[in-house]
Amino acid sequence: MHPAPSVIVFTTLSGLGFGLLFWLGTGVVVPTGWAGFGYFALAFGLSVGGLIASTFHLGHPERAWRAMTQWRSSWLSREGVCAVACLLAMGFYAAGLVLFDLRLTVLGFAGAVLAAGTVFTTSMIYAQLKTVPRWNTALTPVLFLSISLAGGAVLTGRFGLTNVLLLVAGVVQVVWWMRGDTALKQSGTTLASATGLGNIGAVRAFEPPHTGTNYLLREFVHVVGRRHALKLRTIALVAGYVLPVLLMLPGSLVLTALAALCHLLGVAASRWLFFAEAEHVVGLYYGKRVA
Amino acid sequence: MTSLPASTQRSLGLVIDLDTCVGCHACVVSCKGWNTENYGVPLSDQDPYGANPSGTFLNRVHSYEVQPDAGPAQLIHFPKSCLHCEDAPCVTVCPTGASYKRIEDGIVLVNEDHCIGCGLCAWACPYGARELDAAEGVMKKCTLCVDRIYNENLPEEDRMPSCVRTCPAGARHFGDLSDPDSAVSQLVAQRGGMDLMPEQETRPVNKYLPPRPKDRIAEPEFDALAPYLSPVAEDPGGFVGWLDKMLEKI
Repeated sequence: MHPAPSVIVFTTLSGLGFGLLFWLGTGVVVPTGWAGFGYFALAFGLSVGGLIASTFHLGHPERAWRAMTQWRSSWLSREGVCAVACLLAMGFYAAGLVLFDLRLTVLGFAGAVLAAGTVFTTSMIYAQLKTVPRWNTALTPVLFLSISLAGGAVLTGRFGLTNVLLLVAGVVQVVWWMRGDTALKQSGTTLASATGLGNIGAVRAFEPPHTGTNYLLREFVHVVGRRHALKLRTIALVAGYVLPVLLMLPGSLVLTALAALCHLLGVAASRWLFFAEAEHVVGLYYGKRVA
Repeated sequence: MTSLPASTQRSLGLVIDLDTCVGCHACVVSCKGWNTENYGVPLSDQDPYGANPSGTFLNRVHSYEVQPDAGPAQLIHFPKSCLHCEDAPCVTVCPTGASYKRIEDGIVLVNEDHCIGCGLCAWACPYGARELDAAEGVMKKCTLCVDRIYNENLPEEDRMPSCVRTCPAGARHFGDLSDPDSAVSQLVAQRGGMDLMPEQETRPVNKYLPPRPKDRIAEPEFDALAPYLSPVAEDPGGFVGWLDKMLEKI
C-alpha cells in the first residue's frame, strides 16, 4: 500500500493524543489549573492535529461531514463519530478541571471509553479489509490500542505504567510483524484464484493492461525493499519501545519529553511500515506479488 | 445507506468469455468514450500526450500466460471491470453513503455528489475495479452503463453496456444472472462460468467462462509413410561428408 504521509501523520499523532486522553479521562493523572491546561492542550493538539491531517488525503475534504452518517455499516464513519464524541466529552471534562478545579468523574470515564473507541475504530478500518491479508487480523486492533495506550502513558510521565505498556506494545508489534510476513500466503489468494486459470497450469502475468502506470499501481502496489524494511523495523523497535523506557528511568522532565519524541519517531517508523509492507491482493493481477 | 440490500430483484451483470476474447481492447476504448461523455464526471487523463501518461479507466484488459504441465503455453486475454458483487465490500466500508447497491437490478453505483474521495472502497475491492479520478477527486467505477440499458432514446439494440455492444469477438454478454432461464445464466451453466477470487467471499455477479481445452494434434499410431520419410543417409558421404569432417577438425 502507498504510505501516504497524511495517513501516517494522522494515525501516529492522533493515536498518541487519544492515548493521553484515555489516561486523563480515567484519572491516572488529574491535572488542574495551568498544569491541566498544558496536558489537555497537548492531548487535543495531537488528536485534532492528526484528524486535520487525515482530511488532506481526501478528494473532497469540504464534504467530510457526510462521513458521520453511515455509522451503522462503516468503520470509517464510526471512527468519525467516536472522535467527535470523545473530543466533546473530554472538552467539557477539561473545562471542569482547568477552570473550576472540578473533576466530572463519570464524564471523564465516558471520554476515556470514547478515546479507546476512536483508536479501536481506526484500527478496524484496516483490520476489516480482506484484501490486505497483513491487516486482516484481530491483532491489528490490539496493536493500535497497545501502541496508543503506551504512547499516552509516556506523556503522563508515569514510569511504572509506561514500562509495562511499552513492553506489551513491543511484544504485540513483533508478533504482528511475524504473522504479517506469511499472511498473504496463508490467505489463499493467488494469481491462480484471481484469474481462475490455475487448473490449466501455472499462471504468469504476461502483459499489463497499459504501458503506463495507474491509480491502482500507485495506491496498492508499493513495494518496499526487504533490507530497508529490516532496518526500519529495528529503528521502530528500539526508538519506539526500548529507548523510552531507559530515558524515563531518571524521572527528569526533559528526559521524559525526549522519551516521548523518541517513541513518536519509533511509532512513525512502525506506521510507515504498516502501509509500505502491506500487500493488497490486486497486485496479483499485475504480477507484482510473489504468492 | 451503505448497508447492502438483503436481496435484489434482478442481478444484472456481465459474462466474459475468456475463450473468445482476442485482447483487442475495443471494450476499453468504448467504455472510456461512453463514460467520459455521459454518467458522472469525465474519466480524466493526466499527461496524456507527455512522457508519463496515466488516466482513469473502468475496464482494463490484462494478458496472462498459462503453462500447462505438458504442451505449449496458452495466452489468455483477461478483461476486468466491476463484478457488481452480491456481498460488495466496497459498499459497506463507505462512510458517506455515496456507494450503494441498487435493489431493483443489483448495480453498484457511486453518488459522486456525496463522495469525499477517501479511497477506502477501492482499498476494499480485491479486483481493482474502482479508481479515484485524479482530476475530480471522486471514485469512478463501472455503472454497467446504467445510462444506456434503460435509455429509450437509444435504438433497442444499443440498450446494453458499451463494452458488450462494441466487442467484435462476441466475448462479452449482458443479462440478468439471477434468472436461471436467461441467456447469460444458460451460458454460465453450459460453460462452467466461474467467480474470481471466490475465497474473498464477495459473491461476484459477473462470471468468467474458462478457456476451452485446446485441440491437440494426436500422434498417429501407425504411419504408412514414415518408413519412406526416414533420413536416407545416416553417414553422409561426398562433399557434405568431407565438409562435415573438415569442420570437426577445426
